[in-house]
Amino acid sequence: MSSLFEEVQTQPNADIPVRRVTINVNGEDRSANIEPRLLLADLLRQGLKLTGTHKGCDTTSCGACTVLFDGRPVKSCTMLAVQADGHNVQTVEGLATPSELHPIQEGFKQEHGLQCGFCTPGMMLAAKALLERNPNPTEDDVRWALSGNLCRCTGYQNIVKAVLWAADKMRAESI
Amino acid sequence: MSLDELKIGGMGASRRRVEDNRFIRGKGNYVDDIVLPGMLHMEILRSPVAHARIKSIDTSAAWDMPGVRLVLTGEMMAARNLAWMPTLSYDTQAVLATDKVRFQGQEVAAVIADDPYIAKDACAKIVVDYEILPVIVNPVQAAAPDAVLIRDDKEGQKDNKVFDWEIGDKAKTDKAFEEADVISKLELHYPRTHPSPIECCGSLADFDRATNKLTVYMTSQAPHIVRAAVALVAELPEQNIRIVSPDIGGGFGNKVPVYPGYVISILASILTERPVKWIEDKTGNLISTGFGRDVYLKGEMAMRKDGKILAFRMNTISDHGAFFADAQPSKFKIGLMHSTFAAYDIPNAHLFATGYYTNKAPGGVAYRCSFRVTEAMFFQERMVQAAADDCGIDQAEFRRINFVKDDQFPHRTAFGFLTDSGQYGKCLDIGLEAIGYKNFAAEKAEAAKRGRLLGIGISTMTEPLGAGNSREYDILGIKMFDSAELRVHMTGKAILRTGAKTQGQGHETTWAQIVAHELGIPADDIIVEEGDTDTAPFGMGTYASRSTPVAGAAVAMVARKIRAKARKIAAHLLEVSEEDIEWELGRFYVRSNHDRGVTIQECAMAAYSNMPDGMEPGLENNAYYDPPNLTWPFACYIAKVEIDPETGVWDVLQFVAVDDCGVRINPMIVEGQIMGGLTEAYAMANMQYQTYDEDGNCIGSNYMDFLLPTAWETPGYELYEVVTPCPHHPIGAKGVGECATVAGPAAFVNAVVNAVSHTGVRNIDMPLMPNRVYEALTTGKDVYGMPPVRSGN
Repeated sequence: MSSLFEEVQTQPNADIPVRRVTINVNGEDRSANIEPRLLLADLLRQGLKLTGTHKGCDTTSCGACTVLFDGRPVKSCTMLAVQADGHNVQTVEGLATPSELHPIQEGFKQEHGLQCGFCTPGMMLAAKALLERNPNPTEDDVRWALSGNLCRCTGYQNIVKAVLWAADKMRAESI
Repeated sequence: MSLDELKIGGMGASRRRVEDNRFIRGKGNYVDDIVLPGMLHMEILRSPVAHARIKSIDTSAAWDMPGVRLVLTGEMMAARNLAWMPTLSYDTQAVLATDKVRFQGQEVAAVIADDPYIAKDACAKIVVDYEILPVIVNPVQAAAPDAVLIRDDKEGQKDNKVFDWEIGDKAKTDKAFEEADVISKLELHYPRTHPSPIECCGSLADFDRATNKLTVYMTSQAPHIVRAAVALVAELPEQNIRIVSPDIGGGFGNKVPVYPGYVISILASILTERPVKWIEDKTGNLISTGFGRDVYLKGEMAMRKDGKILAFRMNTISDHGAFFADAQPSKFKIGLMHSTFAAYDIPNAHLFATGYYTNKAPGGVAYRCSFRVTEAMFFQERMVQAAADDCGIDQAEFRRINFVKDDQFPHRTAFGFLTDSGQYGKCLDIGLEAIGYKNFAAEKAEAAKRGRLLGIGISTMTEPLGAGNSREYDILGIKMFDSAELRVHMTGKAILRTGAKTQGQGHETTWAQIVAHELGIPADDIIVEEGDTDTAPFGMGTYASRSTPVAGAAVAMVARKIRAKARKIAAHLLEVSEEDIEWELGRFYVRSNHDRGVTIQECAMAAYSNMPDGMEPGLENNAYYDPPNLTWPFACYIAKVEIDPETGVWDVLQFVAVDDCGVRINPMIVEGQIMGGLTEAYAMANMQYQTYDEDGNCIGSNYMDFLLPTAWETPGYELYEVVTPCPHHPIGAKGVGECATVAGPAAFVNAVVNAVSHTGVRNIDMPLMPNRVYEALTTGKDVYGMPPVRSGN
C-alpha cells in the first residue's frame, strides 16, 4: 500500500517525505505518518475509515466535507491534514452516542431534512456550530449559517426546519 | 378489529424515513466508501481542447512513476475492441479517444495506481500532442455549409446533423392558422445546464479471474441496464456480471447513462486482476457527463378573438454535443417534446425537431424530467403567457378557457397522447386564491410608489410520467416495464425487492407503505432492497419519475398476489370455502362471523407450517408491471416577484405550488420532492447554466462558475394538494419527482417578464441574472441567448 495512509506498507517510498501527526478525532487521539500534501478529508475517510465525511467538489464550495475544527466548521477537502496536528476535529460519526442521537440528527429525521443523504453530515455539523454560538436562531440565522453548504435534493426548507427543531429541543433540555 | 392504516405506516402516513437512520449517523454506503482488499485507484486524463486530432500520446513518464500499475490509452482500448461504446440513443461514443478529441473534457488516457494521488500525478506526466481543429459550439455553426465535420468516424455521416423528426398534421395546422384572429409568436433558448448531483460519478470494478465473475459497484440509476450493456460490450456472460448501485448521492438523470469511466475501470480490473476504483471529480462530472436542455425553441399559436386556441406549430433545434447520448425511449428523437400543451384542448398541432452535433459534452439526459418534457412545458407556459397578452385576456382566464375540462377525460392530444384525469381548473383556483391574485393590481400599484416593480407568473401543466407502456417505450429495445419481488417470512415479516433504484426518493420507506396498505403488515416489518442485480428482479431503474408509476404499481400487484394465496390459506385455517372469506386490512374473516378470522401473519406462519393439501409451500412471489398508459400529474405554480429597477435584482415575494400527483403514498416525502424540484427550477431560472466560449471551453466547470442556490437565496414555498387518482394505476398514484423542475422555471420567468412587460419586453432567456433583467428594462428589448462569455485576452 502507499505511504499516504496509516496502513501496513509493503514498499515504503523513501523519496516521499512523511510527517507524524496526532489529531484528536471525535475525542480520541489518533496518530499517523502522512505525506504533508494529504488532505484532511482523505485522512479521515481513507486513513481513519470515517466515511461519513463526504467529498463533493474538491474546491471548498459544496460543504459535503464540513467537519468541526476546534469547534468551527471547516471544509476538510481543502485543508491539509498536517494543519490539524494537535487540534480537535469532530466528524458526523462523533455526533451521536451509542445510545442517543444528537438533537440535530433527530431534527433532520423528524423534519425530513435529507433525501440522498450526501450533504447531510456537513449540514449537520455546520448547524451544530451555529447552535453552539446561537442557541435561539431565527430562520434567517439558520439560512445564513448553512449558506456554505449545498443541497440538491431538499430545497433547504426542511433543513432549516430541522435545525430549528433541534434548537427548540436543545433549549428545552438545557433548562 | 381492522387495523388503523396510518398507525402501521400504510398509505397516507408521513412515515419518517427508514434510510435516514444510517445517513444521519454518517453510515451511508456510497461508492467511494467501499474499500476492497488490494484496491487500486484510477484517474482519467481529459482533453483540454474541444476539437483536435491526436498526433501522439507519450505515456512513458507516467509508467515510470513508482506506484503506477497501468496506463491505458485509446489505442490499447481499440486493441480490445473497447475504444467505442454504444450510447442509449443508438449512436457511438468514444471510451478513450483514438483519432480525435471532440469536446473539452473528453477521456484521453487513464492511470491506475496504488493511490489516487499517484494516479493524478501520473496523469500530469502524460504528454499528448494535439493538432487543433476548428470548433463548433452551437447549432448555427454546426449547420453552416462549410462547417467542419465533427463525426467523421461515422460511416455515411456527411454533415453535423443528428436527426430530423416531426409529428402532427402540418396541412391541418397551417389551415387553422389561416382562419385565426390572432397569431402569437415566441422564440427562446433553454440554456444548457447540468443535473450536478453533489456526489459525482464513480465505480469500483472487481474482476475475479478464478471465477470469471465481474462485480461493479457504481453510481447507476439503472443497474440492470448496465448489466445488459456490459454483457454486450465486454462479452462476459450475463450471469457472471453483478452490478451493485449502493447509496447514491443524488442522480437527477445524470447517473442514467453508461460513462467511459465505468468501462475503463472494468477493463482495468480485468487487466490488473485487482479491484479498481474510479471517483470522478466535480470538474470531470460537469464537463463530460450528461447535461440537460440546450434547445432553441420557436413557435406560433393561432387563436380566435375570444382566446380559444386553434392550433400551434413548433420548431426545435437541439444541441447534443459530440455524441448523441440522450437517455430516452428509442422511438422518439427529441424525447417527449410532443407532450407540450397536453393540458390544453388544442385540436391541431405540428412539431418539427432537428438535432446537431457540436464540440460540446455529450448528453441531453432527462435532467429531473421525462425526456425533454422540461423544455416542452417551459415553452408551453411562456407561449401561453405571450398569447394571453396578445389576445388582451388575463393570463389566468386564458388558461381556464383552454384547459382540458374535468369532463373531457380521457382526452387525446393533437400529437396522440391520452391524458386520463385531472382537475386543472380547481388547482388553478386554489393557487390564485393563495397568492391573492385578485388584489395583485392594488399590490403592484402600491409597490410602484416605492419604486419597485411587481410581477406575477403562472405555470400550469400536465406532464407524461411513468414510461412506459411497452408498445411505445423501450430503451435500446428493452421494454420499459418494472418489477417487484416480495417474500413474506413465516413470522409475518417481509423483504421486498424492486427493479427501481432510489437516489434519495425514499423507496425503502414508501415501498413498505404500499405493502402495508395491501397486506396490513406493518411497514416497520418490511425491509426494502434495491440496486443489486444479483438479487433484485430485472427493472429499468429510476428516472423520468417512473418509480411510483411503474415499480410502485408492481409492488402493489405482487402484494395482491401474496394476498390471493394467503386467502386460500385463510380458508383452510378457518375451515370454510374461499368464497366465504372477506378481507379487511391485515386480516381475513368469515363473512357470516366477523370475529372468526386469521391475521396475515397467521397465514404466513401456516404457509410454512400448515398449508392446505396440494398447495406449494411458502409465501413469496414477483410481479412485472407493464403500465397501460403514462400517468399525468398536474401542477399549478404561481410566483410573485419584486424587481429593483435600478439593479435588475429580483426577489421572490411568494411562491404557491398546487400539485395533483394523484394518491400520495407518503405526503412528507411528496412535499420534499416538490420543494427540491422547485429549487432546481429556481436555480435554472436564476443562475445555473453552462455555456462555452468560441474555443469550446466549458464555462461552468466547477461550483465557482456553475452556480447553485444556497439556503440563503432559495425562496420559501407554500404547498397545496389536490388528489385526482390515476384511473389505471393500482393505487391511484401518478408520480411527482419532477413536476416542480418541469413547471417551475416558467413560473419564475413569467413573473419577471410580467413585471417588465410595460416596457414592451416579451422574453428574457434564462438565466435571469440581474444584468439581463436590467438590460431588458432599460432597452425595452427582449434578451435572447446565452450570456456572453468574456474573453480572457
